[in-house]
Order: sequence, then structure tokens, then C-alpha cells
Amino acid sequence: MIKTPYGHKVYAMAAEYQSTAALYEAAKRVRDAGFRRWDVYSPFPIHGMDEAMGLGKSWLSGWVLFGGISGLLTAALVEFGPSWGLYPLDVHGKPWNFWTVPAFFPIMFELTVLFGAFAAFFAWQGMNHLPRWNHPMFNWDRFSRVTNDGFFLAIEARDPRFTENGVRELLEDTGGQHITIVHEE
Amino acid sequence: MDAAPAVPGTVKEAERVITRVPLVLNRRNFNWPTERISGVVEQPAPRWWWVAFTITSSAATFGLFCIGYLISTGVGTWGNQVPVGWAWDITNFVFWIGIGHAGTLISAILFLLRQKWRTSINRSAEAMTLFAVICAGIFPGIHVGRFWMAWYLAPVPNNWAIWQNFRSPLMWDVFAVSTYFTVSVLFWYTGLVPDLATLRDRATTKIRKFIFGIFALGWRGANRHWRHYEMAYLLLAGLSTPLVLSVHSVVSFDFATSVVPTWHTTIFPPYFVAGAIFGGFAMVLTLLIPARAIFKLYDVITPAHIDKMAKIILLTGSFVAYAYMMEFFVAWYSGNSYERFAFWNRIFGPYWWYWWLGMLFCNCLSPQLFWFRWCRRNILVVFFVSMCVNAGMWFERFIIIAGGLIRDFLPSSWRVYHPTWVDIWTYIGTIGIFTSLFLLFIRFLPMIAMSEIKTAVPEADPHDGATPGIQSVPSGGKERTR
Repeated sequence: MIKTPYGHKVYAMAAEYQSTAALYEAAKRVRDAGFRRWDVYSPFPIHGMDEAMGLGKSWLSGWVLFGGISGLLTAALVEFGPSWGLYPLDVHGKPWNFWTVPAFFPIMFELTVLFGAFAAFFAWQGMNHLPRWNHPMFNWDRFSRVTNDGFFLAIEARDPRFTENGVRELLEDTGGQHITIVHEE
Repeated sequence: MDAAPAVPGTVKEAERVITRVPLVLNRRNFNWPTERISGVVEQPAPRWWWVAFTITSSAATFGLFCIGYLISTGVGTWGNQVPVGWAWDITNFVFWIGIGHAGTLISAILFLLRQKWRTSINRSAEAMTLFAVICAGIFPGIHVGRFWMAWYLAPVPNNWAIWQNFRSPLMWDVFAVSTYFTVSVLFWYTGLVPDLATLRDRATTKIRKFIFGIFALGWRGANRHWRHYEMAYLLLAGLSTPLVLSVHSVVSFDFATSVVPTWHTTIFPPYFVAGAIFGGFAMVLTLLIPARAIFKLYDVITPAHIDKMAKIILLTGSFVAYAYMMEFFVAWYSGNSYERFAFWNRIFGPYWWYWWLGMLFCNCLSPQLFWFRWCRRNILVVFFVSMCVNAGMWFERFIIIAGGLIRDFLPSSWRVYHPTWVDIWTYIGTIGIFTSLFLLFIRFLPMIAMSEIKTAVPEADPHDGATPGIQSVPSGGKERTR
């Protein structure tokens, strides 16, 4: 654990960039330098940034598939269980055979969508470790612009390649401004 | 001699044609939308807001009183009487749920189609969806008569251990509408989180920071977060798209699976969906044209946005007009005398003027003005047509529902329906609930998606100008592909 001379634990070294293009180029440099524990921060998603950071496809879709299938199975259970097992209803003498099964499809479809949507909603929070009360990045006063018009890059101190001078040079080299140490708390 | 001045003019003309009209006018930077849109929420409420809210919340309160009167006294307080069992109640239900569909179309379908202009209008359109579905949900609940038995709709055995008939369209409706509302809330809230974080970071008082901090979930704009977030947003859009088409299809099954003449038709699902989007876009315009003027949002809700919405109204309005013609044709071509009579009755029966004014003039003819560019660009014409469509779509649902029931197979049971004051005021009450909720929304939440509108600014693209040409593969070949 790296500490400052005053005894503060160091979370990361961070820099601010002037534009999305500058941040994008910086991200490519940091990726190529082999860092693993770092992130860029922006008010909106930047097109192509995932590739620039060397991140692949988000597999959140797997959770949604799981949610959708469980919704379909839940609907099948909720419909066929009562209708065929617990309390079969004879409504207007309508037939009960294989060809009437599509009448169960609308509810199956709706629950597939419902469970899939819940899976997407909770997966994007779960995979991002949200919600959380606070984060070291919020200790940097300039960082409040991240939800307005600020573009930031932070390399975490726990990255094995992190050295104070090396990271500072890299951030300066890529055009980062207001380079600073972000405290853990 | 006069050729020389013509040359610069020609070049200018060519430039105008090949340059795309920007989605955010006047070259605004990223800070501008934040200031302008958050500013609406952070300033004290203007006087007009209090006046408007007083009126709408009074209407809402009286509407709730009417609902209380209905429940405590009985369905006799409504004009519903055999053979007209469904009248204003279900008309209002279909009307409100249809309005919601435009919001989902804008937020989901236009997202999948990569229509970036949606970013200026999607937030308020989604809010409109939620509030419209809230209003819609009231009516099936209260029209059952014995309100305290509404829980029979839930998929649990009732007090005689009898389960629901899952093959009934009314049961499908319960699932479709409740799923629609829930998914719309999730989609809307997911889109709101980055903007709530903006409000949190701008908050000047501790209580604001705390409240927005809770609802922003600790969002900090990290790209590792945006990656999952964007995938979730894409999938929610992908799930909402078939959902929205299914909801009004299921609503139309309530009618189409019956035997009532004019209801028993296979054209209903696409006809209802087109009508829903048609009516919904009219409501989006009805809400946004005043909001844009009041909050000076001319740079984000541009004439091009209104032009595009007018074109969608023209398209869906033409679908609707085609469906109306097809209904008449099929009624004639089927040779079924009940069908033929029912449609004759629609034009010349007791509700004749509803058809001539509502369906023919408001729904079929008025949107045809949008073939002309000057009509699509003239705010007054656009507002007039959207008001026509709002009214026309209500008339359409009433004619289909009550018009189909007043004269059915047995002339001895014919009876014309007349609404009572409770019918009328319950409907006005839901308009009050809808507008009150919308006023609260524009007061307390960002009415335009700030994080999304910024992506429509040219500088949001890292390849804009700064790095011209094709990107080179970085040394070491570390660039990964999807």
C-alpha cells in the first residue's frame, strides 16, 4: 500500500483531459503500457473507448438470457400447473388439446420480457458493484465535473506496474492536466 | 457578367445540401446542456408552474373523488347499462395505454434504429409513457364494479381455491400491462442514473446531495461501468421493442376474440399498434411544443425534430386510415349482414358525428397536412394537428367500443349509451393526474437526457477532426476486436 508523506493511503494517480479525442488517445497509450487496474471517466459513453481500453464485449447479455429463460419457465409453471393440475377450468366448453396451447403463449412472452428486463437492470448494477455510498475518486474536487464536461483517467496504485514517477510521466506525455494523487479516504 | 456572383451562391447551395443539419444547434459545448437542463430543476418553481399545477391537481383530486364515489356507491353511477358494458372506462384505458406507446417507440425502437435525434425527446416521452400507463391502469381496476375483488386478477387462487383462466385475453392483458409498466420504469430509471449523478454533483444543499446521491447509486461515469450500462440499455431497448408491440396487440385481443360485430376482426392487432403510436406521438408533441417554448430548448428540440415527429404522425396516420378503409371493405366483402349493418351504423347511427369528426376529419384528413413541408415546420399547424389526433384517437376508441355494443344482434336490446357526470369527471380527473405528474417530473427531474444529448454533439466522437483518416493498429497489435 502506497502512502503519501502525510500518511494518506493512495488510491490512484489521475489526470484530466481536454477532449474525448485526447482521452481516447491516452487510453490507448495506457493500455499499450500494460496497465490492468485503471479506468477512464466521462459524462457520456465514448464511442470506441472499450477497444481503446482493451475491453471486450460485456457479457451482461448472459444474465439477460438467464433471466429470460427463467421467466419463460416460470410462466409455463404458473400457467400449466393450475390449468392442467391444480384446478382445470372448463370455460364455455372450449376444447383442451394440443392446438389450444398457443393461448398460453402471451403470458409466457410477457414474463420472459419481464424477467429479462429485471436481469438487465440488476446485472448492470451488480457487475459495476453499484450501488455504493462513496468512492475514492470523489475525493478529488475537480472530479465533480465528470458528470458535466470533464474527462478523466486514473491509474490505480494497486496496479503492479504503478510507480509514482512512471505513471506521472505517462499521464504528462499523453497530455493529461491537473495530474494529482487521489487519496483512498 | 452576371455569372460571377452566381458561383459562390451555387457552392453555398451545395454545402447546404451535403452538410447534415446538426442535432444540437449553435455549436453548443458539453456544459451547455448541463446548465440549461439542470437549471430548470434547480431554479425555484416559476409562477406559471404553480398556477398550472393548482389547476391540474384540482382536476386530479376531483377525479379521485369520483373514483371514491363510484366504489362506494356502485357502477350505477356510470352510464354503463346493458348492452353497453364497456364504455368510457375501457375507452379511457385504451386511450391512455395507447399514448404510452409513443414513448417506448422513441426510447426503444428509435434507439435500435440508431436515430440519434431521439436523445432530445426520449426522457420526457418515457415519462409520458409511465404517467399514461398509470392513468390507464386505474380503469380496469375500477370498472370491475366490486373493486375489492380486483385481486382476483393476480395469479393466485381465489377464496374458493379457483385459479384464473390463463387462456383469457383479459388475463393476458393483466400480464401485458403490468409487465409494460414495470419494464418502462426500469428502462426510464436506467437512463436517468447518469443524469441524477449530474444533479448530485451540482447539488448545493446537503439534503439535495443526499437524495440525488441515493438515487444516482454512486454513479461516477467510469468507462468500465458504461460498458455494462450500454449493454443493459441496448438489451432493455431490445426487450421493450417486441413488448410494446405485444401490449396493444393484447389490448386489441380483448375485442378481437369476442363475437361482437366490428370487434371480431383479425386486423385489430396491427391497427391498434399503429393507432397507439399515432396518438402517442401527437401527445409527445402536445407536451413538448409548450415545454420547448417555456424552457427555451430551441437548440435541442429543433424544427428538424418536430419535422421528423410530424412525418411519423403522417405515416402512422396513413396506416390507421388504411385500416379504417379495410374494415369497411371487409364488412362489405364478407357479406355478413351484422357486420355490414354495424359499419353502416358507425357512419349514420347515433354516433355519426363522432365518426365524421373524430375518425374521418381528425385521424384521416388532418395528418395529411404533413405532406407539406411548411405545415411540418409551422408550430401552430403541428400543434393543431396533434390536438386533432389526441381527440380523434379518443373518439376512435369510443366508436369501436361503445359503437359496437349499442346495436348488436338483437334489436330488442338496443340502447344508446350516455355518459354521466361521474364518467366525464373521472376521465378529466385522469387528465389531471397525467398532467400533474408531468409537471412534477419537469420540476424535479431532468426533462432531457443530458448524458445522451451530449453524445449528439460532434466533439463527443473521439474521431471528430482530431484524428483524421483511418485509425492505425497500435504497435504490438494489442488492439482487440469484439
